[in-house]
Amino acid sequence: MENNKIEIQENIVTTNNIENNIKVEEKPSHEVTIYAEPVFHIGSFQVTNSLLTSWLAVLVVLVFSIIIRMKLKKIPGKLQHVFEVIIDGALSLVDQVTNDRKISKKVFPLVFSLFIFILVSNWLGLLPILGSIGLIAKEGAHSVFIPFLRSGTADINTTLALSIMIVLASNFFGILTIGLWKTFNKYVNLKGLGSIFTKVRKDPTVLIVAPINFFVGLLELLGEMAKIASLSFRLFGNVFAGEVLLASMSAILAFIVPGPFLFLEVFVGLIQALIFSLLATVYFTIAAQDHSEHDEHKEKHHEKETVHV
Amino acid sequence: METEIVNGVVNLAPLAKSLAIGLSAIGAGLGIGMIGAKAMESIGRNPEAVGKILVPMLIISAFAEAVAIYGLVIAFSIK
Repeated sequence: MENNKIEIQENIVTTNNIENNIKVEEKPSHEVTIYAEPVFHIGSFQVTNSLLTSWLAVLVVLVFSIIIRMKLKKIPGKLQHVFEVIIDGALSLVDQVTNDRKISKKVFPLVFSLFIFILVSNWLGLLPILGSIGLIAKEGAHSVFIPFLRSGTADINTTLALSIMIVLASNFFGILTIGLWKTFNKYVNLKGLGSIFTKVRKDPTVLIVAPINFFVGLLELLGEMAKIASLSFRLFGNVFAGEVLLASMSAILAFIVPGPFLFLEVFVGLIQALIFSLLATVYFTIAAQDHSEHDEHKEKHHEKETVHV
Repeated sequence: METEIVNGVVNLAPLAKSLAIGLSAIGAGLGIGMIGAKAMESIGRNPEAVGKILVPMLIISAFAEAVAIYGLVIAFSIK
C-alpha cells in the first residue's frame, strides 16, 4: 500500500513537471546563436544541425553526380549539357588564375568540388522550410527553439576544417611540384642564410639581404595561419550574417520585406563560394611557383647584361 | 570589490558590440565606395568593358565587405 502511494505521488510530481514545461515552452526564444545547436547525441558525439545540413548537401551533390554519371553520353542531353557548360566555364576561370593548364588540371577537381559543396550548403540554409522545423529544448530556465537544419557553412567548425584542409593541401601540392627542400626554404630560409658564405665575396650586400629574407620567410609561415583565419572567418561570417539579417528582417515584417534580402543572400552565397574556391586556386598556384628559381634567373640575366656592357 | 560594484551597475558589453560592428562598417563602407567609384569611372571611360569590370568589382567588394563581417563576428562573440 505504501509503495503505491509513493508511486502515485511521483506520478503527480511528474505531471506537474510536464505542465511546467508546457508553460515555459509557450515562449521559446528564437535567438540566432553563433554556435551550431546540438540536435541529438550519438554516444558522446554531438550531432549539430549544421552537421546534418552538410550531410544533406553531400547527399544532394552525390545524387546529382550519380544521375549525371549514369546518363553520360557523347552527345549530351539537357542536364549533362548544363553541367558541361558550367564545368567548362569554371575550368577557363581556373586557367586565368593559374596561367598553366597542367596545374589547373591538377587543382580543378578539388577546387570545383569545394565550390559545389559550399554553394549547395550556402543555398540549403536559405530554403524557407529548413529554418522553421525544429524542436524546443530546455537550456537551464529558458527554452530554446532549435531548428533541425542550419546552413552547414554557418558553423565555424565547417569553414575552419575546409580552410585548414586547403592550406595543408596547397603546401603538399607545393612539395609535390617543386620539392620538399624548396617548399621548406620558403618558410625557413636556410638556403638564403647559407648563401651568406658562398656569395659574400662577390656581393657583400647579401650580409643584409639574407637575414631579411630569413625573417620574411618566417612571416610567410605566420601568413599561412592568417590564410586559415581569413578564409574561415570570411565564409562563416558572410553566411551567418546573412542568417541574422534574414531573421531580423522577418522580425520587422514577415511578408514582402525579406524578399529582396533573400535574393541578396542567394547572390552572396554564390559570390562567397566563388571567392573561397578562387582563393584556394590562388594559394595552390603560389605554392607551385618557385621563387628562388625566378630570382636566380633574374641574376643570370643581370650578369649577362653586365657582360654585354 | 569596487570593480565588482561598477560592473554590476555599468554594462559596457553593448557599447563594445556596437563599436566593433560600427567601426568596421566605416572601413568596409569606405572601401566598397572607392571600388564602386573607380568601377563607375572606368565604365564611363570605356563603356564596352562593363562585362569585364563587373565580375572583378563584385569579387573585390566582397573582400572589402568581409572586413565588416569580421567585425560582426567579433560583435556577436562579445558577451
